[in-house]
Parts: sequence; C-alpha cells; structure tokens
Amino acid sequence: MIDRTIFRRATLAGAAALAVFGLVSPAFAQKTRLTVYTALENDQLDPFKKAFEADNPTIEIAWVRDSTGVVAAKLMAEKDNPRADIIWGLAASNVGLMASMGMLEPYTPAGSTALNPMFLSGKSPQTWVGMDAYLSLVCFNTAEGKKANKPVPTSWADLIKPEYKNSIVMPNPASSGTGYLTIAAWLQIMGEEGGWKYMDALHQNIAQYIHSGSAPCVQAAKGERLIGIGLDTRGASEKTKGAPLELVIPKEGLGWELEVTAIVKGTKNLEAAKKLADWAATKKANELYAKTYPIVAYPGVAITPPNYPPNLEKVMVKNDVEWMAKNRDRILAEWTKRYDGKSAPKAK
Amino acid sequence: MSLTAPAVKPGMSRDDLMMRGGVVLLAGVLLVMLGLPLWALLAKGFEDRDGKFIGLANYVSYFSTPALFQSALNSLHVASITTVIVVPLAFLYAYALTRTVLPMRWLFQGISLIPIFAPSLLPGIALIYLFGTQGFFKALLGDGSIYGIDGIVIAQVFYCFPHATLILTTALATADARLYEAADVLGASKRRVFFTVTLPGAKYGLISAALVVFTLVMTDFGIAKVIGGNFNVLATDVYKKVIGQQDFSMGAVVGMVLLAPAALAFLVDRLVQRKQVALLTARAVPLVPRPKFARDVLFTMFCLLVSAAILTILGMAIWGSLIKYWPYNLSLTLENYDFAKFDSNGWESYWNSVRMALGAAVFGTLLMFTGAWLNEKTRGFGAMRGVVQFLAFLPMAVPGLVLGLGYIFFFNAPNNPLNFLYATMGILVLNTVAHFYTVGHLTATTALKQIDPEFEAVSASLKVPIWKTFVRVTAPICLPAILDIAIYLFVNAMTTVSSVIFLYAPDTKLASVAAVNIEEAGTTAAAAALCVVIVLTSAAVKAAHLVADRFLFARLQVWRRR
Repeated sequence: MIDRTIFRRATLAGAAALAVFGLVSPAFAQKTRLTVYTALENDQLDPFKKAFEADNPTIEIAWVRDSTGVVAAKLMAEKDNPRADIIWGLAASNVGLMASMGMLEPYTPAGSTALNPMFLSGKSPQTWVGMDAYLSLVCFNTAEGKKANKPVPTSWADLIKPEYKNSIVMPNPASSGTGYLTIAAWLQIMGEEGGWKYMDALHQNIAQYIHSGSAPCVQAAKGERLIGIGLDTRGASEKTKGAPLELVIPKEGLGWELEVTAIVKGTKNLEAAKKLADWAATKKANELYAKTYPIVAYPGVAITPPNYPPNLEKVMVKNDVEWMAKNRDRILAEWTKRYDGKSAPKAK
Repeated sequence: MSLTAPAVKPGMSRDDLMMRGGVVLLAGVLLVMLGLPLWALLAKGFEDRDGKFIGLANYVSYFSTPALFQSALNSLHVASITTVIVVPLAFLYAYALTRTVLPMRWLFQGISLIPIFAPSLLPGIALIYLFGTQGFFKALLGDGSIYGIDGIVIAQVFYCFPHATLILTTALATADARLYEAADVLGASKRRVFFTVTLPGAKYGLISAALVVFTLVMTDFGIAKVIGGNFNVLATDVYKKVIGQQDFSMGAVVGMVLLAPAALAFLVDRLVQRKQVALLTARAVPLVPRPKFARDVLFTMFCLLVSAAILTILGMAIWGSLIKYWPYNLSLTLENYDFAKFDSNGWESYWNSVRMALGAAVFGTLLMFTGAWLNEKTRGFGAMRGVVQFLAFLPMAVPGLVLGLGYIFFFNAPNNPLNFLYATMGILVLNTVAHFYTVGHLTATTALKQIDPEFEAVSASLKVPIWKTFVRVTAPICLPAILDIAIYLFVNAMTTVSSVIFLYAPDTKLASVAAVNIEEAGTTAAAAALCVVIVLTSAAVKAAHLVADRFLFARLQVWRRR
C-alpha cells in the first residue's frame, strides 16, 4: 500500500537523521553550550555570537531571543528552575528587579573598572553590568510633514501645540518599558505636577498609545503617523532603509535605559557564563554595541551608528533609576486612570 | 447525556468497563495538558508578587479599577458584533457548500479556510496597507480610522470566519434526505422546511459556532494589539500585566475573569446537548443537493463575494511581501524571502513549524477524536464525562499568554516528573493541542452526535466489542470530520504565537514567532513574506486533503449513496 511505503520511508529517514545526529554530537560534546536570554536586535545576534565564539572556541552560544517583555516574563516565570545561563542584552530595570528577587549570580567581570560607572549596578560584586544606553526620542516623518505643512518640533513643549492634534503615537507605559521611561523622564524633568499637566495637554494630540516601544517610530517611518515617540534604534534603522525620517532630540532632555549583562543564579555553566560576562565588558564588545547604540559603557569608543545627532550624552536626563523602580506601580496606576480608562477611539 | 442512553445496568459489560476506564484516562490526560498548568498560573491570582497568599486582595484591587469595567464592556461589545456578523455569514456559506449545487465547490471550500492559514499578523499588515493612513482604500472609511473598533471587527470577522464555517459545514453536511422528501411530499413550503428541518438539524452547530466565535474574540490579543489602537479589551489587559509589567498575579486575575464566558458556553452547551438527537439514523439516506437554478446562482454570487474579500486581503499581503519599502518605495523584490537576513534562524524556524504542526495534527487528532468518542458513547458515568466536557471547553476561553505561562510554571517545576519535556518540541506539540482542543472536540462531537446509537446497539447484540465498532464503523463514517480536525490542528500550529512564545528553546523557534519578531523589528515586508510562506504551506496541505478526501470519499463513503 502507498501509505505503508511512505511510513517505511519516513522511518528510515528518521533513523538516518538520528544516526547523523549521533555521529555529529560527540564533536560538539567538548563545547559548552551556553543558553543566553536576550532582547538584542535580531541582526545583532550573529555578529555578537561569531565574535565571542572566535575568542572563546570552547563555548557555543544558543540564543533565546524575544522582545524585552517576553524575555523578562519568561525569566521570572522560570525562577524556580532557571533555564538561562546568562542574560546578555536586557533592560536594566527588569534585571534590577530580578537582582532584588535574588535571581542573579553576583560577579564583577574582569575589566569592568574601565567602564563608565553609570553603567554599573554599584553593588560589590556587581549584580549586573551595563552595555549600552537606548533613548526615547521623537521620530518625525518629513515627507508627511511637508505634505501637511507641519514644522519639525524641537522640544517636548512643541508637541502639545494644537497643530499636532491626533498625529502623535507613543508607547503605552503600562505595556512597554520604553513608554514608562518616557513618562518617568517627563515627571523628572518637569516635576510631578508639571509632568502630569504636560501629559494632560499631550493627550489631546495623541492618536494612539501603542503596546510596543519600537512601533511608534516604525509607524512614523511608514507614514502611518506624523510623529512617533519611542525607541531610538528603530528610528535610526528605518531611516537607513530609506524612510523620510528625522530623529529629533527634544532640547529639554530625554529618558534612557541601559541594556545589561547578568549571570543567572543556578547556572550549570558558571565558568562559561563568567567568560561571556568578561567578554561583554571588553572594548571589543563595546565596539560591536556601538554599531547600533550611540552611547556605550566603554569610554572613548569612537564608532557611532548612522543617522544619530552628535553629543547625545549631554541631553540624557539625570535619571534616578531607583525612584523609577519604587514609584512604578503608583505612576502606572495614575497614568492608567487618567488616559487609559477613557481611551475608547475618539470620534473625529 | 442523551435521552436514548439507557440507565446503567447493574452488572456492567466489559465494554462499559473499558469505556469508563478510557474516560478516566482521558480526564487524566486533559488534566495534565490543561487543568494543572492553568491552575499553576491562576493560583498566582491569590498571591502577591513575592508569592505570599493574600486571598482575594488582587481581585478587590482589580475590580475597583474603573478601567476594568471599560475593558470588559469593550470585549463584550466587539465579541457580540463579530458573532452577529460572522455566524450568519458562515451559515450561508456553509449552506452554499453543502446544500446547493455550487460550481467548483472544492475551490470555495478551500478559499473559506484561507484566514485560518494566516498568522494574525497577515490581516493586520494587509488592513493597514488597504485602509491605513497611506492605504489604497482609506477614502472608503470616510473620517473613520482602521486603528480602533472598526479595524478590530474587520480583522476578527476575517479571522473567525473559517472557524464558524468549519463547524457549520460539519453540522449541515450530514442530513437525512428522507426528512426533506417527507416534507416535499407533504407539500411544506421552502421556508417551512428551512425552519422546521434545516435549522433544527444545524442548531447544535449554530450554537457551537456562536460560542466559539464569541470566545475567540474575547481571548484574542494579537489583533487588538496590532490594530486596536486605544480600544482596551480584557485580552490586552492580560498582555499589559504579563508582558508589560511581569505582574503574573494580576495577569492571573484577568485570565480568571476571561474564564467566565467559557463557563457560560459550557452551560449553554450542556443545555443544548440534552435536546440534540441523532440526525443520521442507521436507516438515513444522505442528502444530495439537486440543481435549482435561481438558488444556485444566488449562492454562487454570495460565495464569490466572500471569496473576493478574503482573496483581497491575502493578495494585499502577498504584494506587501514583494515590495521594498512601504509606502515610499514600491518597487518589487524577492529579497524579503531571504529570511536569514532578518532572523538568525532563517528558514530553520519554518521547518520547526512544519515538524511541530505535523506532530500536533497526528497526536491531537488521535486524542481529540478518540476522546470525543469515549465521552459520547460511554453510558452513564455523567459526572466524569462532565469533567471531560468542561476541560475540553476550557482552552477556548484561555488567552494563549495565560496557557503559555501556566506551562512554564507547571512543566518547569523542579519536582514535576514531566519536566524533561520542557524546552523540547514535545512541549510545543502538547501546548498547541491543548490550546486548540475545543474546536477539534466540538467538531468530533458534532459528527458523532449525528450517528445513530443503533450502530453500537446492533454491534453489541452481535457481540462485537465496541472498540471494533469504533475502528470499523464509527471512525470511517466520521473520516471527513477526522481529516478536518487534523487539518485544523496543522494550520493552527503553523500560525500560533501567543502561547508558544514562552516555550520555544534555541533549537525549536517557530516561524510564527519569527514573523512577529521580524515585524517588531520594522521589516514589515519580510514578516509578510514569512506569513505568505506559512499560508502557502497550509494551503498545500489543505489541497492534498481535498484530493485525499475525494479518493477516500469514493471508497469509504460509498454507503452514503443510494
């Protein structure tokens, strides 16, 4: 019968496949397979892996990559039986919380003293070590701006002008870390009262609060919206792909967040994880980070990614990370009450 | 329980014992696949973030937020509108497929399934290209916007249509021609026949379809997330809590609230089931529609219209996968299909998806059909069968995020003997079968309900063991439904995201997840390309099914002809 032959063939193929794996696996056996959880950009994974493995031929990186929220949720859900060996590229606010829950293996990487102290957890030994900073800025679509005859904004204050009514998108702080750091920056620059007053006014111009930190700049890039407030790297990469986009740094300053490395407590590959943590703090690694992020932990790395305005360090707001963590629930509750509850689609 | 089931005999036969053992085993399997993982998460609703038991405090704080009420209202609103649109649409379509003489019936049937082949990203992308700010048909929306309730409803109708059509086609496919002949002879009007024969026969299917659509919309967060704008629904509330804030306790609370419709659906189903009697008695004569010009033309037009709408959305996505940069550079390219450029796993995740989908189709179909059969044909034993029925209904109402997290908590627990499954392909298969259990179970049950219990009675009196009747009579009669279930599982496994996103390991990343990641990175065209590859794969499998169906129908369904 036809189907029986198919089954037989499938079984043979399966057996052959097993044999191949069986033969091949001893070759890999000497290598330590390091499970790395990350929220790095997809296109960073290969170069990072290759560069690290070239320097550490006995270690093989196996990535588990997803968006920040998913990776953080996965790590925290796996808390009682961790599957990750090390975190390489996840937001400091998430990792900081894991540190306070005792989920991390403190380790001070060799050479971390060379790093900008702003990028260190400040604990001894370090619970996490920063790699780079990302920013929440304004993406403006120049083509749509020209069509609608709207000027390029230069400050946060510009964004509440009535001419931008219904043309701004920003991440929903309740679902996006980028959203939270954006409003936390406003509350820190303008003070609590001023910050909420600003957001009340801005709310009139917001077309949508999106459940993603990267989508606003992508939407602006594709002309779906005139202005997106959100993740800088996405805006820059869209511009490289040909989007008529201008990255605007509001003159009042902007919110930022660190991407960090941290070893997961309970890893069976502690030695290999330490090697990766060491490597992640080197100048070489930082030069890789600098291809995507304008600000990195290692001082004096000269590379800057394309499409960024210069001297970004100067406009980063003085960010009190501890204040951000402590007040998060309160701020999100207040934000939700003010803007999210009444967010049924506006009749235009 | 069916009215025809006799009271349990004092001494149970070997068949009865075997069937009851089977039901208990089934309940155990469903408990491990569904009940326990769900509980592992939902129990967090009674704990604070540090894991201390705090009773109902989370519920109190959640119910005192005004935003909840708005989300719940929004969820009910969208789910009701979608159900009211989809069920009549799907009924007419299924009616056309089964009760009229439709040219190229197989083609229309295939097209009706396309939405199910597509990851929910696909309608999202296509609708933005069609009706977004830069969209081709934006003018059609007037001052409205696709971002918001209009967009959600359009996308949900697209997405739910095949689910309802599948159930209703099964419900309408088996009919006893003798009823129609009798009505004809008695001179009943067409309208009367429709309301007294056709509709009552399909009642179970209609109610199932409505329940499935309603709960699908209630629990789906993908569409609401991509196109919903500021329109908050319960499922996006779960997303905010779990992904946005890693607050599992509150996520569990919203997940629990979402179970309410499932409980309701379960009760309704029990009530309807009590009244459903077998349609296809042992003496039944299958209905073969006879040509009737006006009716056939009308229905063909209707099917053409629906198909055109579906194909427009698919076509838009295909075109979207071939352009360079929407909307500023529309020149064509094939680069977007070189997935290694956008995701380090490249095409590998596609093959993982195919392997996972095959596993889910084989394992899931066996489990679902045998399970539904055990539960339908076991005499007495109401309580245990009720447990199985309830477990089978649960996943429909569970947002994937909740099930996925529950799987982590349950299967990754250090003391769980099954934790060797964690981070393997096996857990992805198990999770997918569990996630899509309800519709498969309902399809099997609908098909089984239409078979006269007389078959079993006759076999029993001939001293044929019931499992032999199952293998030789019941399963072959139900083969079309069995294949439908297998295809349903395959295509859903190809597109599922929300649950498996928590469960894949470095070597088992799936194409559907890769597509979401690629889209998040802003490379919409490549994401569309991966979606198109997924659609084509499922379409090819479905085409093979249609061919096999014809062949098998010819051989195994001969008895249906007079």
